[in-house]
Amino acid sequence: MNRPMHRNLGAFALACTALAVSSCSSDGSTSSGETAPKSLTLVAYDSFAIDPTSFDSFTAATGIAVKIVTAGDTGTMLSKAELTAGNPEGDVMWGVDNTLLARAIGSDVFVPYEAAGLDQLSPAAVALVPGHQLTPVDEGDVCINYDIAWFVDKGLAVPATLDDLLEPEYADLLVVQNPATSSPGLAFLLATIAHSGADGWQAYWASLRANGVLVVDGWDQAYYESFSGSSGNGPRPLVVSYGSSPPAEVIFADPRPETAPTAVIESTCLHQVEFAGVLAGTQYAKAAGQLIDFLISKEFQEILPLTLFVYPTRTDAALPAEFVDFATRPAEPLTVEAADIEANSKDWIVEWTRIVLR
Amino acid sequence: MKGRNPNRLPRWLVAAFAAPAVGLIGVFFLAPVITLAFESVSSHAVRTVMSDTALRRIVWFTAWQAALSTALTLLVGLVPAWLLARYEFRGRRAVSAIVTVPFVLPTVVVGAAFLAVLPDSLDQSVWAILLAHVFFNIAVVVRGVGGMWEQLPLDLVAAARTLGASPLRAMREVTLPLLAPALYAAASVVLLFTFTSFGVVRILGGPTNPTLEVEIWQRATRFGDVGVAAVLSIAQLVALGIAVAWFSRVQRRHRRALGLRPLNQRRAARPGRERAGVRAIALVTVVLICLPLLSLVERSLRVNSEGYSIAAWRAVFGGSQVVASRPSAAPVDALGSLAVSLRFAIVAMLICVVVGATASFAIAALGRGGRLLDAGVMLPLGTSAVTIGLGLLITFDHAPFDWRSEPWMIPLGHALVATPFVVRSMLPVIRAIDPQLRHAAAGLGASPIRAWREIDLRIAGRPIIAGAGFALAISLGEFGATTFLTRQGRATLPIAIEQLLNRPGALLHAQGYVLATVLATLTFAVVAVVEVAQRSGRAVNHA
Repeated sequence: MNRPMHRNLGAFALACTALAVSSCSSDGSTSSGETAPKSLTLVAYDSFAIDPTSFDSFTAATGIAVKIVTAGDTGTMLSKAELTAGNPEGDVMWGVDNTLLARAIGSDVFVPYEAAGLDQLSPAAVALVPGHQLTPVDEGDVCINYDIAWFVDKGLAVPATLDDLLEPEYADLLVVQNPATSSPGLAFLLATIAHSGADGWQAYWASLRANGVLVVDGWDQAYYESFSGSSGNGPRPLVVSYGSSPPAEVIFADPRPETAPTAVIESTCLHQVEFAGVLAGTQYAKAAGQLIDFLISKEFQEILPLTLFVYPTRTDAALPAEFVDFATRPAEPLTVEAADIEANSKDWIVEWTRIVLR
Repeated sequence: MKGRNPNRLPRWLVAAFAAPAVGLIGVFFLAPVITLAFESVSSHAVRTVMSDTALRRIVWFTAWQAALSTALTLLVGLVPAWLLARYEFRGRRAVSAIVTVPFVLPTVVVGAAFLAVLPDSLDQSVWAILLAHVFFNIAVVVRGVGGMWEQLPLDLVAAARTLGASPLRAMREVTLPLLAPALYAAASVVLLFTFTSFGVVRILGGPTNPTLEVEIWQRATRFGDVGVAAVLSIAQLVALGIAVAWFSRVQRRHRRALGLRPLNQRRAARPGRERAGVRAIALVTVVLICLPLLSLVERSLRVNSEGYSIAAWRAVFGGSQVVASRPSAAPVDALGSLAVSLRFAIVAMLICVVVGATASFAIAALGRGGRLLDAGVMLPLGTSAVTIGLGLLITFDHAPFDWRSEPWMIPLGHALVATPFVVRSMLPVIRAIDPQLRHAAAGLGASPIRAWREIDLRIAGRPIIAGAGFALAISLGEFGATTFLTRQGRATLPIAIEQLLNRPGALLHAQGYVLATVLATLTFAVVAVVEVAQRSGRAVNHA
């Protein structure tokens, strides 16, 4: 990229060019002999609901403060990182997920870093990034959730598989999100592709459409306006959501119920992993690595279930009781290769739009 | 050729008036958009756009729904505009404030509320989009057109009526032509908003009917295809630029010097049919607007799947007791976000008042250059938020201009969006000032500057206050631009609401609606205060 040349067209042409040139020399330098910074900036997606005090023990141990900046949803955050490649907005990024993994690695936004404690993480998650450009920090599943009481009242068996959803007794019961605009929506499309194959999912969705699937734009709308199992009391008892939604229904209800009002259909789950990485161009690559180590420490990983509603990737992290009791962690969730997603997701979404919406 | 106008303001003063707006638009809007265009647009991206037939469908849909939405909004909005401009009745200012609330609330919030009261048969249809656009934008007509209407001299209509014209004919042949500048101004704003509609279209129209704005967002963030997004965004900007310039042209053609009276010309309705009619219209307006807003309150009380309670209100306002039993229950600092939003809103309002007021005087004083500035001020409204956000990101990325995650970028972004409203509310009034007044002042020996101060500034005082209040409210509810700016520290109120609504768990969802209710109430309060301030300001003026 010849950024400095184009900068002439920007507002502060001369000053910026001069500074761009002068800062070029420092961009190329390696991390060896770097002095420890006063603070590191962690770039995260908007819903990164981690209390800043969670980093206090990192600061106490290293003397480095952690500043959190939020940069939009995951897709926006990665687009920003790609635009600013080499001159990043922060030092470490949290939250690239496996649907964006191949795009992130391909655009050279992250520098490889092999974290201390990597051997403590789920081996399957670590294996997703053999080059160590990114480190798996949490995982979870996108699954069809159902309204337990609705099925009991109707005396209807809960559908057990994706294929069951095509049966006439489950007509007009499912609400999903648009994969073009919603992450869980895309995950569910990928689940059906993993299930029916790259040549079979089109027919599956045509049948699902014929059986009255409702497509809405976002998760919020599907879960609270159309789904009957949460507080929204919508008309449909089946919704695409997360494997960790049932414990959230217990924890965040008043009064707190004895058992979850919703549950998960295990065979419909698509596995998702989120990653953190050191941003290329940071002046503090060494310190940034230390922060990655902290993100996969037992202490930090154990905060994740009740804040981000995800599972730790660290295998020895203890889980809260609500997760043990009500969350579903399928033994063999559906998966799609990151490279396949990167190569095909645009075409899949366009084709899906044609089959389901037109 | 006319002789040199003795009332013309000195050039240096006009230039000084134009400077803040030119600076704001140039540095924080044009430079980023141009930088983004140069860095990401390629011939490949242009070819992709040209050959994509699905895009043509989207452009066509975007254009016709915007045109139809604009026409409907004008038509519907004239009724409350007329009522509020012409009649004095108890609760008039409250009605005026309530009408404004939907416009400044974030669409993510009111979209869901609107959904709750919409008949199921209309859900996910074009009708839902059109109805919501009227609901959201009616304030532009009521405030913009109403502001001019209440200052129209009554004697013209009275003359028409005396000459035997029916009330409808007097309206069609006298009032509407006189209001034309304000009508065109309102139409151009509504067109910009409905053409670039994002939240309404996503929530109410469903996935079947995307607008160009939704497509741009999707390309840039989901597909990482910033080049194509930039091409689409620039095409949209050019098309809307032409539309705004055209509106601005006809607006000038229709402008007449009127004896605008900065006076209250409203009267009480006569008892009987007239009074009943006024009451009925006021009531229908309030009910139609409050219905969706009340569903915000209803949702804030739903904390489990069976019944209602005030637990979410206690969780927001009662401190941490409710939260303490739930270690993770405070992902969003609800009250903190209120403070953050208020601070940003006040800064944004100050920027808007300075930039908007000076720009209005400059536009009124300049000819061709004024038209250009007028269109320039409006352009940010026609640009997708993602384009401005990404543009700012790559324009200000090197010290000492590394402002990417500076906290003040947010009120600045809000000011870009809100300044047009200050200009819209001032310009029609300034332009309609009778030049006779200035000639008289010059005849009495006043310098152009003094004449400007005594006449223009005085008459423009009220629209400045109105514009300021509007800017404050817009900043409080701004969502689109904020989401694309990188932020440190706490979220603004609309961002916090969005965060809470997007998490499973009834209590969190209800807290989102608690904040939405707070935001709606706050907006109403701001606008109501402005209404009162306008009245007292007037009293001082004529004391």
